[in-house]
Amino acid sequence: MNYLYAAYAATWAIHITYLATLVRRHNRLKREIAELKPGLPR
Amino acid sequence: MSTTESEISGVILATLAKDIRLEWRSKDAINSMLFFSLLVVVVFSFSFDPNAEESRQIAGGLIWVAFLFAAVVALNQTWTRELRNQVLDAYRVSPAPANALFLAKAFGNFIFVTLLEALMTPLFVVFYKLRALGPGWQLILVAGFGTWALVVNGTFFAAMSLRTRSREIMLPLLLFPISIPALLSMVEATTAILTGETNARFWIVLLATYDVMFTTACLALFPRVLEAE
Amino acid sequence: MKKAFPLLALLTAALLGYALYQALVVAPREQTMGDVQRIFYYHVPSAWTAFLLFFINFLASVQFLVRPNEKLDRIAGWVAIAVGAICCVADFAIRDLPSGMHHGSIATTGLAVTALYFAIRKLFSEPGVDILALVTAEVGVVFCTVVLVTGPLWARPVWGIWWTWDIRLTSTLVLWLIYVSYLLLRRFSTSGETPVLAAALAVFGALDVPLVYFSIWFFRTQHPQPVIGGGGAIDPRMLRVLMINWLAFLCFAFLVCWSRYRLERVQRDVEETQALEALLEPRSAVQ
Repeated sequence: MNYLYAAYAATWAIHITYLATLVRRHNRLKREIAELKPGLPR
Repeated sequence: MSTTESEISGVILATLAKDIRLEWRSKDAINSMLFFSLLVVVVFSFSFDPNAEESRQIAGGLIWVAFLFAAVVALNQTWTRELRNQVLDAYRVSPAPANALFLAKAFGNFIFVTLLEALMTPLFVVFYKLRALGPGWQLILVAGFGTWALVVNGTFFAAMSLRTRSREIMLPLLLFPISIPALLSMVEATTAILTGETNARFWIVLLATYDVMFTTACLALFPRVLEAE
Repeated sequence: MKKAFPLLALLTAALLGYALYQALVVAPREQTMGDVQRIFYYHVPSAWTAFLLFFINFLASVQFLVRPNEKLDRIAGWVAIAVGAICCVADFAIRDLPSGMHHGSIATTGLAVTALYFAIRKLFSEPGVDILALVTAEVGVVFCTVVLVTGPLWARPVWGIWWTWDIRLTSTLVLWLIYVSYLLLRRFSTSGETPVLAAALAVFGALDVPLVYFSIWFFRTQHPQPVIGGGGAIDPRMLRVLMINWLAFLCFAFLVCWSRYRLERVQRDVEETQALEALLEPRSAVQ
């Protein structure tokens, strides 16, 4: 039984980890965009 | 048609001859690789000390892993000489077809790795007291097809790894996963022939198929890769 | 399009929740394996999703390689049509299908391949196709990892072993290795033409797949191994739950790919802009 929950938990742990890396890259990008010269289009 | 064919084979032979001549003169690559092959055999012998019956079961795997490592060392320096002297740029602008260069390199590697295998095999036979219970001549087919499988992809991936960080590790990283069906075939065929228990025919055919498919793929894609570098 | 995203995300989350409920509660209990068998409802859809994503990566890589050349582009298009046509013919011609396949499934698969090829061609520009290849490879590896983790977790209580050279599990492992090496090439290559190299590697990987399958299949006939997941017919109620979960994961994969695609697009624009800035202001670039 424990294996069943472990498997489901592991699945979502893997997906959430990947999504977390995406979020981190997104935030880093936003910072870089802010650092670019303000004169550039959006 | 025949002039282009003779052109291509002319280029292949010329490049091949040049490579062999250079290697023979410098001898440093050859010597270090010979010694490396010997070391590999000895280290494996210390790690596994089976009796004759067991050794026939596992020798197939051991030998091909040893050959694989020796091949990677050889493949890694395939293009380094060209890179040093900007020869690749010269090839890019020359009218010689890119595939001629590729085949020359691949044949050179094939000869070289076969040489290493020929030197390592007697050592393995002696250390593991090997004797083929099945049709021993088939081992030549396995060695030929198997070595070409490693060399053709290895030469191609060596070209792809030229401009990467950690170039030396990138080649095995790319080569090993793709080579898994070929490696499995080589090991299983060798074991089948040594133990004489099963027929190696399926594996040999699979190896030949692998060779045809990937030689075609390498020849089709190498010009693009050469441009890209 | 962007406005649709939060709504789609909510719908997908709801669908995933419903699918989970179906898997844990509604699906019938398996006779021999018990509740552990429910891992099946996560393991198999993840595998199918990963394979689909890798297949899209293959199509995108081929497109990326042929599109600059008009002649090759047309040839590739005809090959795609031929695949669909041959599958249709095969479906009508072959009398006895292997167990588990229905008539029409081969034709549908073939036509889906053709449709997918042309859809990618229509919807994605040349740089877009490269981003599509990268995105599907990444998300495919994520789903593949799920398969490789849930597989042993299923095998252990049922068979007592963590791993077996089961054909599906082993093929998945090799596929995972190939695509991780693909991602490593993308990351470590300093060539300006990394997309071309990566596309070539993807084609090699795709060519390798049938060989991997055959070699492991024959290996298994010589060294029989326990089969994870069991063969044979499946209870229609279980099939329904399986399909619901697959649909949910497909939607999830689509949203993740979409997000990753947008992220990559913006990232490339930013890098281009940074490069331009460095060009225009040599003094600040020197520091």
